[in-house]
Amino acid sequence: MFGQKELDGIEEILQKDFMDLGVHSVVFIDMAGNIIANLDNGVMGHDIYSLAALAAGNFGAVSSMAKIIGEDEFSLLFHKGEKENMHFSKVMTDFLLVIIFGNEVSLGFLRLKVAEAIEKLKLILEPLQVLD
Amino acid sequence: MAFINPKTKEVQTKIVYYGPGRGGKTTNLEYIYKKFNQRIKTDMVVIKTHGDRTLFFDFLPFDIGKIKGYDIKIQLYTVPGQVKYDATRKLVLRGVDGIVFVADSLVVRREKNILSLKNLRDNLSLYKKNISDMPLVLQYNKRDLAEQGIPLLPLQTLEQDLNSQLKVPSFEASALSGTNVAQTMKKIVLMTVASLQKQLI
Ligand SMILES: Nc1nc2c(ncn2[C@@H]2O[C@H](COP(=O)(O)OP(=O)(O)O)[C@@H](O)[C@H]2O)c(=O)[nH]1
Ligand SMILES: [Mg+2]
Repeated sequence: MFGQKELDGIEEILQKDFMDLGVHSVVFIDMAGNIIANLDNGVMGHDIYSLAALAAGNFGAVSSMAKIIGEDEFSLLFHKGEKENMHFSKVMTDFLLVIIFGNEVSLGFLRLKVAEAIEKLKLILEPLQVLD
Repeated sequence: MAFINPKTKEVQTKIVYYGPGRGGKTTNLEYIYKKFNQRIKTDMVVIKTHGDRTLFFDFLPFDIGKIKGYDIKIQLYTVPGQVKYDATRKLVLRGVDGIVFVADSLVVRREKNILSLKNLRDNLSLYKKNISDMPLVLQYNKRDLAEQGIPLLPLQTLEQDLNSQLKVPSFEASALSGTNVAQTMKKIVLMTVASLQKQLI
């Protein structure tokens, strides 16, 4: 179970690693489609609940495809749009980090940030899983 | 598993409408969407194939107000009923908190109902969940067709086929006209929230 402390910790990571970088929104969800944390720049106003449901379903579908072709999984996904892009990465077995960003953010740099953030998130999430 | 957020004082729970293809799951959600649209801030998400069949799932977020100071957000999902979409059904069941099983009352669908309920049982066990421990409501749908003289399964047959062991609440309904659609939904919401209550401080 998540407490206030863990949720604060997660939000802090998302703020520093992504929002401060200039991405439009970050959503941290579980694979059931629940939203655990959600930050945005106040401009977008996306339908975040539907987004989370679809992201979890989509990622699940892609993982099943990976198994069919003999991969353990594809740990990240990237969708490129004209103005908005989406980056999905798996965090441990149960969570998904979804980032929505414009073309002013470099994908290469974002990927570095994602890798760093995942390590930090693990420090918060791993102790919780032992308790469950 | 429902997600309880002590920071935003919000609970997110997942309720899945399960059952054989063409039984009326999507129609249930469409009715709820129309009937309660003032409480639903977003569009219903539907992922359909060309033939108007559910391909992946339908999704409808729904606010039911506060319990013990927590905002309760219900997420209604349907699964695709066709046998070939079993992989998708498994995905949608991940983290499920409550289930409505929509059975088709048409006589010709008797076997399909039974197989679909067995499939639900099997798929839940993949997540180490037992159907008997899960908040569950049965809905015997399409009762309106009796008026047109179309042969329907008698209530006793449906109860015997599907509910003799489970002994869960059941409703005769018409998703098309809306009869007992809201009642079915309210019942499963109450049962699901009751099962979460002990986790809310
Ligand atoms: N007469 C009647 N038709 C229904 C009822 N519920 C659904 N249908 C029809 O049955 C078909 C399949 O319904 P749908 O909701 O797509 O089934 P699903 O595959 O379970 O999602 C559609 O043509 C609906 O209009 C009902 O209560 N009465
Ligand atoms: Mg459907």
